[in-house]
Amino acid sequence: MAAAVRFLLKSAACSKASNVTNGVHSGLGPASLRLSPKCDPHSRTQTRHAAHFTFQADPTPTEYGQTQKMNLFQSITSALDNTLSKDPTAVIFGEDVAFGGVFRCTVGLRDKYGQDRVFNTPLCEQGIVGFGIGIAVTGATAVAEIQFADYIYPAFDQIVNEAAKYRYRSGNLFDCGSLTIRAPWGCVGHGSLYHSQSPEAFFAHCPGVKIVIPRSPVQAKGLLLSCIEDKNPCIFFEPKILYRAAVEQVPVEPYHIPLSQAEVLQEGSDVTLVAWGTQVHVMREVANMAQEKLGVSCELIDLQTILPWDTDTVCKVRCSSILYLICVSEEGQFNIYFLFIKSFHIITWAASSSNTSI
Amino acid sequence: MTSKHAKAFYFSIESLWVAAACASPCVQKCDTHRLDDAPPTKSVLTRDDGLKYYRTMQVIRRMELKADQLYKQKIIRGFCHLYDGQEACAVGIEAGINVTDHLITAYRAHGFAYTRGVPVKEILAELTGRRGGCAKGKGGSMHMYAKNFYGGNGIVGAQVPLGAGVALACKYLGTDQVCAALYGDGAANQGQIFEAYNMASLWKLPCIFICENNKYGMGTSVERASASTEYYKRGDFIPGLRVDGMDILCVKEATKFAADLCRAGKGPIVMELQTYRYHGHSMSDPGVSYRTREEIQEVRSKSDPISLLKDRMLSNNMASVEELKEIDVQVRKEIEEAAQFATTDPEPPLEDLCNHIFYNDVPLEVRGTLPWVKLKSVS
Repeated sequence: MAAAVRFLLKSAACSKASNVTNGVHSGLGPASLRLSPKCDPHSRTQTRHAAHFTFQADPTPTEYGQTQKMNLFQSITSALDNTLSKDPTAVIFGEDVAFGGVFRCTVGLRDKYGQDRVFNTPLCEQGIVGFGIGIAVTGATAVAEIQFADYIYPAFDQIVNEAAKYRYRSGNLFDCGSLTIRAPWGCVGHGSLYHSQSPEAFFAHCPGVKIVIPRSPVQAKGLLLSCIEDKNPCIFFEPKILYRAAVEQVPVEPYHIPLSQAEVLQEGSDVTLVAWGTQVHVMREVANMAQEKLGVSCELIDLQTILPWDTDTVCKVRCSSILYLICVSEEGQFNIYFLFIKSFHIITWAASSSNTSI
Repeated sequence: MTSKHAKAFYFSIESLWVAAACASPCVQKCDTHRLDDAPPTKSVLTRDDGLKYYRTMQVIRRMELKADQLYKQKIIRGFCHLYDGQEACAVGIEAGINVTDHLITAYRAHGFAYTRGVPVKEILAELTGRRGGCAKGKGGSMHMYAKNFYGGNGIVGAQVPLGAGVALACKYLGTDQVCAALYGDGAANQGQIFEAYNMASLWKLPCIFICENNKYGMGTSVERASASTEYYKRGDFIPGLRVDGMDILCVKEATKFAADLCRAGKGPIVMELQTYRYHGHSMSDPGVSYRTREEIQEVRSKSDPISLLKDRMLSNNMASVEELKEIDVQVRKEIEEAAQFATTDPEPPLEDLCNHIFYNDVPLEVRGTLPWVKLKSVS
């Protein structure tokens, strides 16, 4: 059975590869790269021809009021604008945020709210997060920006040892729940070692912080506002490849999308696909291809909150007696996180049903 | 005198012109911190050295401009941080230390890769990602290495504790070598640099901490980033020197002074080189939104390191205008040939993609982009 699944996905991927080549020539997707003409596209080794995905917008939400066309970075700016306007204690800081940020997420906020509330920090990630924890402990709302998720490691100690454990070690006397750390995340095509990393797995084993990764502008604004309101320190990773590529109609007023609730984007009965961030759009294409070419019905789940993740939705028992779970993520080979989800799922399944074949 | 005689007269004057073999130009006095001595204010410059420094700086200048051109043609991709304007720092430091000494810097590293011995064509081929590159095409702009040159490092400030470690190895192994650990004005605010200062001073390591202060950390001017812009004093308990980084002789004398101090076992020293970069932070930064074009022009016209050396050599009769022009022509040719190589060399083969992850005796299997696609990693 496992071999059948692998075969199924392998043929899906191969068809995808040939579609990708066509896609590149037809100019689909802003993320496509071109191979040097010197490389032989017909070589026998597996060759990736281009990084490809197409952002797929969700239908415009109607329950949150008037909407406006925004891309991802504009939806982040809107969320931060709402926060600064509603919450007088809110401050935003990080490297280069004053002029608008290297990805333009904070454009106009300093002019609107003043230099006391939107300000630059020097080049010191450990200092930025430590400083943010300090602000949050006094009760003010702190939104700290780390310029790229790749640079978050100097702050790792502050996040894991200080922020995550503050409430626990002080017996609920103190907490830094009003801290939110934002960072551009994930591959972008030309980022190489230090502008492409997806470090969510490093933090996923740390109780006390929440990790959230949106797939689109509407999700991003709602989830970011929830993170800021949430009384736990949150890390909000923003897929940088979607900053300009993802455009949707986003509500202008503040709204919240609940944390720790995975969203089932597509119902299906044969295979469950779990993904987050950019990969959700890749999986949408894969699900369509699997349906068209192989007649396989895929269920697609956007995990959204990586920690604490929605075990109920992902592990829900299906009617079908055979269930496959595929987790897709941009992390490196050695990431434990998706193996954890898979093993959790398998254990839950084995415990609840005797008719399983995995 | 008839015109025929006049021509003969001038011809003989020209053939009698002999370049001065040596000169002792003055250099600016360096500001010091916790130092009783200072580097000398006169620097002995021989003709050969002068021509060598001129040529080296010109190579770096033209190589960076060629990299700019190749980047705009999309032959170089990814990140590219150019060094033009700061040539005197790389060449002056190399002149002040020995080939057996060690050097480590951050990502603005093309100039140092050249001064530390990587040929131009290997640097350009590395930028274009070809197999002839010094890191086999897999490293790119920020990851160039050579013997006693530890890169080429992408994360800001991370290379400074590494440099202190190399200095520890020099002391531990009993060699007479020093390590120059470079960083910028932006990185000077990183916590790990102060950790490195403390360890180096505690253990009296032969480490020269060199801050290349080009006035801007990406788009942030030094006044907006640092509570104290006197970077040579930031080591507090470590002696410091502030050096004119646009004058190669000043840099050379200061580096020699610092290296001698370290070799005498007197522990680390901080050197601040006041320099300037003409390009923006990287190729995606036009470099004019946080500083004026007039400012850049002023530095180019008054303090350009290559022009300063050229004027010195001409005014001391150490070289003629034609000679220097000839060097320019040769350098251009060398860069053109290197660029030609860099654009035509093939890319590294796919089999090389995953090599050198671990050191392992047996080949390791690495997951490709799909779970059943396995790539081999050999070390």
